[in-house]
Amino acid sequence: MTRKAIEAVVIGASAGAVQALLKILPAMPADFPLPVLIVVHVPPDRDNALVPLFQSKCQLAVKEAEDKEIIAPGTVYFAPADYHLLVEDDGSLALSSDEQVNHSRPAIDVLLESAADAFGSALAGIILTGANHDGASGLRAVADAGGIAMVENPGEAEVPTMPAAALAACPKALTVRLDDIASTLTRLATA
Amino acid sequence: MRDSIEDIEIELLLEGLYQRYHYDFRHYARASIKRRLLQARSQMGFASFSALQERLLHDPSTPPRLLNYLTVQVSEMFRDPSYFRALREKVIPHLRTYPSLKVWVAGCSHGEELYSLSILFREEGLDQRTLFYATDINPDALKAAEAGVYPLDRIRKFTENHQKSGARTSLSEYYTADYGRAVFDKSLRSQVVFSDHSLVTDAVFAEMHLISCRNVLIYFDRTLQDRAIGLFRDSLARKGFLGLGSKESLRFSKHASSFTDFDRDEKIYQGQEP
Repeated sequence: MTRKAIEAVVIGASAGAVQALLKILPAMPADFPLPVLIVVHVPPDRDNALVPLFQSKCQLAVKEAEDKEIIAPGTVYFAPADYHLLVEDDGSLALSSDEQVNHSRPAIDVLLESAADAFGSALAGIILTGANHDGASGLRAVADAGGIAMVENPGEAEVPTMPAAALAACPKALTVRLDDIASTLTRLATA
Repeated sequence: MRDSIEDIEIELLLEGLYQRYHYDFRHYARASIKRRLLQARSQMGFASFSALQERLLHDPSTPPRLLNYLTVQVSEMFRDPSYFRALREKVIPHLRTYPSLKVWVAGCSHGEELYSLSILFREEGLDQRTLFYATDINPDALKAAEAGVYPLDRIRKFTENHQKSGARTSLSEYYTADYGRAVFDKSLRSQVVFSDHSLVTDAVFAEMHLISCRNVLIYFDRTLQDRAIGLFRDSLARKGFLGLGSKESLRFSKHASSFTDFDRDEKIYQGQEP
């Protein structure tokens, strides 16, 4: 099977997410050509502080994902608090207020499974630090669809549970050091 | 991807559900409906969507079960308290000027939003002159809404939300606790009409002063959203109000010019004068 070029990146993170993402997103170059879709477990109140935080630190455009929005290249999208984020086959984003998955809304599995469905093998998925198992079956779906599955090295993660669970569910996932994720993605995007 | 066997099966299943039972999910946002169908298939014990479809077409007891997967939404009373605060502080003063009021909760599911509005209107002294319509396509959900019974463990969140909405009373005045359940006072639904109504296939049925339809439109594709929003426009009294979910907007709708932003942050719109 010849690999299709990667068209999108999906990232899931929970406890320790902000510190981990600070090592990744600000290091991505302004000409990074792919959309980056991110679910971070955040409390369900309405103001998502992640967007303004990363807007001020990133070269890429950073915004909260909106329902029915067409995914744009070189843009970082965060799932809004209290909504699941999904990807439609036509390359648009969708939100849902379906019940929690893995005790979370937004849930990483929901994003990764729908993105795997929409992008197939043209997707890279990464599970970062976290204290639960969300994202494990999602990362498995990314790999099963032929995409590139990665986890933050659990040995170095602030909270190793989540990347370790993802690696257990998806043994062929690549283990990547946090400091190397931005450069790995940049290389993949331009490959 | 869309050309997988599973996606073909889903397409056919939704077509069958429509042709046989007139439940039309064909224009629902596909990623969410697929997720729900996968859950239904696995919990109902079918190996494939084709097997589920076979049962669906031949056994009329199947669609209600499937409908409970496809439509039921767990909500909270006074979800997004700032929305209810905006209704209380900004919309109610306008509604007060009318001798009688009609309020439509479209897609009422288990009734959390309906009871929230009923309590809010009572607190504001408008309950006696208000008729509520609570509609949904799912008969089981309508029954649950009419019963007004919720697990007691959800009440703490409901109470917290109610207080944040600018409550003038205590939520505990409106329910009695009974074997782990909170049973809401039937006087809250004495002026409520519960009715089977579809935003996809049904028409205007009354002239409303307020329509609250939150976290329903995100499940529709753009075509269906435009149909529903057109229905709301045609259902609103002159300068009536429309409240949407916090992540929904009229911005991209072809009917956007029929409404003005009344409270942009809370997604409350007001019908334009024609």
